[in-house]
Amino acid sequence: MFNDIAQYFRTDTLPHIWCPGCGIGTITAAIVRAIKTLQLDQNKVIFVSGIGCSSRMPGYLDFNTIHTTHGRALPFATGIKAARPELDVFVIMGDGDSTAIGGNHLIHASRRNIDLTAIVINNSIYGMTGGQTSPLTPHDKRGTTSPFGNLERPFQVLELAKAAGATYGARATAFHNQLLTKLVIDAYNNPGFSLVEAISQCPVSYGRRNKFKTPADMLLWQKEHAYKAGQRIGHEDDFQIGEIFSSQAPEYTKEYDKLRQRLKEVSR
Amino acid sequence: MSNPKLMQGNEAVAEGALAAGVLFYAGYPITPSTEIAEKMAERLPLVGGSFIQMEDEIGSMAAIIGASLTGLKALTATSGPGFSLMQENLGYAVATEVPCVVVNVQRGGPSTGLPTSPAQADVMQARWGTHGDHPIIAITPSTVQECYVLTVIAFNLAEEYRIPVILLMDEVIGHLREKVVLPDQLTIVNRKKPDVPPGEYLPYENDDSMIPAMANFGDGYRYHVTGLTHNQKGLSSGNPEVTKSFMQRLTQKLNPYLDRIQMVEEVQLEDADLILIAYGCSARSAMEALHIARGRGLKVGLFRPITIWPFPQKQLEKYVGRKFLVVEMNTGQLAGEIERIFGNKAVERLNRIDGELITPKEVLDKIGGVCNV
Amino acid sequence: MAMQKFLLTGTGGQGLILAAIMLAEAGIYAGQNVAQSQSYGPEARGGASRAEVIIGDEDIYYPKVERPNFVLTLSQEAYKKYGLHLDEEAILIVDDTQVTEVKPRSKNFYSLPITKAARAHFGSEQSANVLALGVVASISGYLSMDNVLQSVKHRAPKGTTEQNIKALEIGWKMGLKAGENQENKHCQNEGDES
Repeated sequence: MFNDIAQYFRTDTLPHIWCPGCGIGTITAAIVRAIKTLQLDQNKVIFVSGIGCSSRMPGYLDFNTIHTTHGRALPFATGIKAARPELDVFVIMGDGDSTAIGGNHLIHASRRNIDLTAIVINNSIYGMTGGQTSPLTPHDKRGTTSPFGNLERPFQVLELAKAAGATYGARATAFHNQLLTKLVIDAYNNPGFSLVEAISQCPVSYGRRNKFKTPADMLLWQKEHAYKAGQRIGHEDDFQIGEIFSSQAPEYTKEYDKLRQRLKEVSR
Repeated sequence: MSNPKLMQGNEAVAEGALAAGVLFYAGYPITPSTEIAEKMAERLPLVGGSFIQMEDEIGSMAAIIGASLTGLKALTATSGPGFSLMQENLGYAVATEVPCVVVNVQRGGPSTGLPTSPAQADVMQARWGTHGDHPIIAITPSTVQECYVLTVIAFNLAEEYRIPVILLMDEVIGHLREKVVLPDQLTIVNRKKPDVPPGEYLPYENDDSMIPAMANFGDGYRYHVTGLTHNQKGLSSGNPEVTKSFMQRLTQKLNPYLDRIQMVEEVQLEDADLILIAYGCSARSAMEALHIARGRGLKVGLFRPITIWPFPQKQLEKYVGRKFLVVEMNTGQLAGEIERIFGNKAVERLNRIDGELITPKEVLDKIGGVCNV
Repeated sequence: MAMQKFLLTGTGGQGLILAAIMLAEAGIYAGQNVAQSQSYGPEARGGASRAEVIIGDEDIYYPKVERPNFVLTLSQEAYKKYGLHLDEEAILIVDDTQVTEVKPRSKNFYSLPITKAARAHFGSEQSANVLALGVVASISGYLSMDNVLQSVKHRAPKGTTEQNIKALEIGWKMGLKAGENQENKHCQNEGDES
């Protein structure tokens, strides 16, 4: 199972630090399979991450990898892409990372429509610090900082990115990991800012506090609550998977290059 | 030599950056530094570079580190409030040893303070603003000509020693216009590239030079960069031996090169009974006072630390036994450092914190007071 | 030349910082050292503005103007702030429309129709800053018309060069004439005394 993608891993860095039953490993494999399918040159692939469980992913991968500061993966990635647009830049963030401390960077990367392939691994909780509520923790659910249930309402992260100007948004889960591979490929192929929400399970910090007995229960929950476009919503927790939106708009680095060309012609 | 030009301090920084080969600028508008961003926005697309206005100073600092990792020389500029926001990723640049230059055109603080008035109250923030033990280089221009030349030098130091360099300016020098003569020839330093094949490359190699070679992202050397304590491969580690070896190299890596990093100007020090210590805009007032005092027969000299961090202690220690007067626009941030070297009794202070430049008369009055003692 | 210190004061938006930049650049064309600075508040328009220029062949250390040799004021507010408490030898030039309440000064005082002339020639006060520059530069006698003209040509905003050159010429003549008048007055006074 792993051998097909082993060439993309720094195998000397394994085993990884993720807990048994965690979904990030499955999601990592799905993303790497997308890169394999796309046949991208490993030397030209950049992985940028923030801070948190999911942001440890780049360390295990054999690309140009940078594990940045909490919430800041997108502006680091913006600097890399603006400096060398020919590089393929993937950005791995967690839910707290991308929507709390990094929320401002998320909307501005969306607004610029800069050609980054961003993946938010949403496990509904701050896992690394032990289970605190994040802006994607559902209402009423429990975390160590919402011991009586979350009073706040969560963001719809894809709607947020869409409203801010992103041109591709999609959602899959650790359970629907083959779909995830396909969506990451589509996201990469979109010439603009693309956001993929990958719903993951955190059995240790979220599941235990929210009536999930086993990691398998959480995967079953993903399976049962996901629906595809056109299907009826049966429950308020249900969520759509697949491509959620896609549009066309000028891409930042291409626009900047056009500016350079225009100025060159003027100066001639 | 080119013809003399009238240039503003901030404009000279932008010109110096372009002369140094800067191809990337990320920033956020803030008085009194904005002219640097405006100039770069106009010029960079013409030379094949990139300018980007980020959503805040946190993002600006992040973006220049990202650009520098791909091999470009990258600049940002700000003032106190933005400098505070940059501290997070400034520490990241220190820990990951990514060359870049941060300009801080100081204004009155704390907080929003006095946006359009000068101060020199970020001296300690430049040294210790980001958390953790770390090295840093900060340099302080006193003239517009120096804004140009020291920006080039700031990039040379950043590239040579893989460290963020802070160009610590102030509103007076940033907005001052005076004569600049652009040098015909500049020494330009570029970062050391690996001379081994990718398989053998250690991005954080601990060799005798203490400064590892740096490969560009995208050039075939696939390596990892992290703000976590890391081993020579760049991979995170909490092992005490690895941590110790990393921290020792990081915190001591400038030591072998201090002679090349620490720049000072020494004026009439041989016979000086009283040595003025001043930098940036305050040094202008101190110089004027020095000339008037000399005219009156007072034996006064000036020691101007152009490199303020790491502080040129060795150069100053030659003058042990003299009296010192530290002239600065804060409550004595550098004076504390001088007292650490010579003890309280040898050091007098002249401070001003009302947003107005210290006048030569104030310095003269203080010189008179000290010399009479 | 001995160091000459100029203060150009008025209201934000009158273009006095640009005039000061032109004056400083003329100093550079004349082979001098210069320092030009300004103090300003948060307003882009309105508020008292103050631009400073030092010109001289010595090194300029302290870059601010403490005791000016020449003060121009184009607003009553700036006059109150910067036009009083001057050295006796300092030359004060005020705009006769904008600055109407003036403390009497026995000498070195010029009340001139700067903004009036700008309006008469150009239909607006847009070039009053360069006109004022011409007045100050010619009264000071420290710079040649050629040097000032060169800097006006270099620094005038695109599309305004012709108008600004004309403004400079008008101001320069106004300053020369005012200087001659004052000299005559001065000679007469001296004659009276003898």
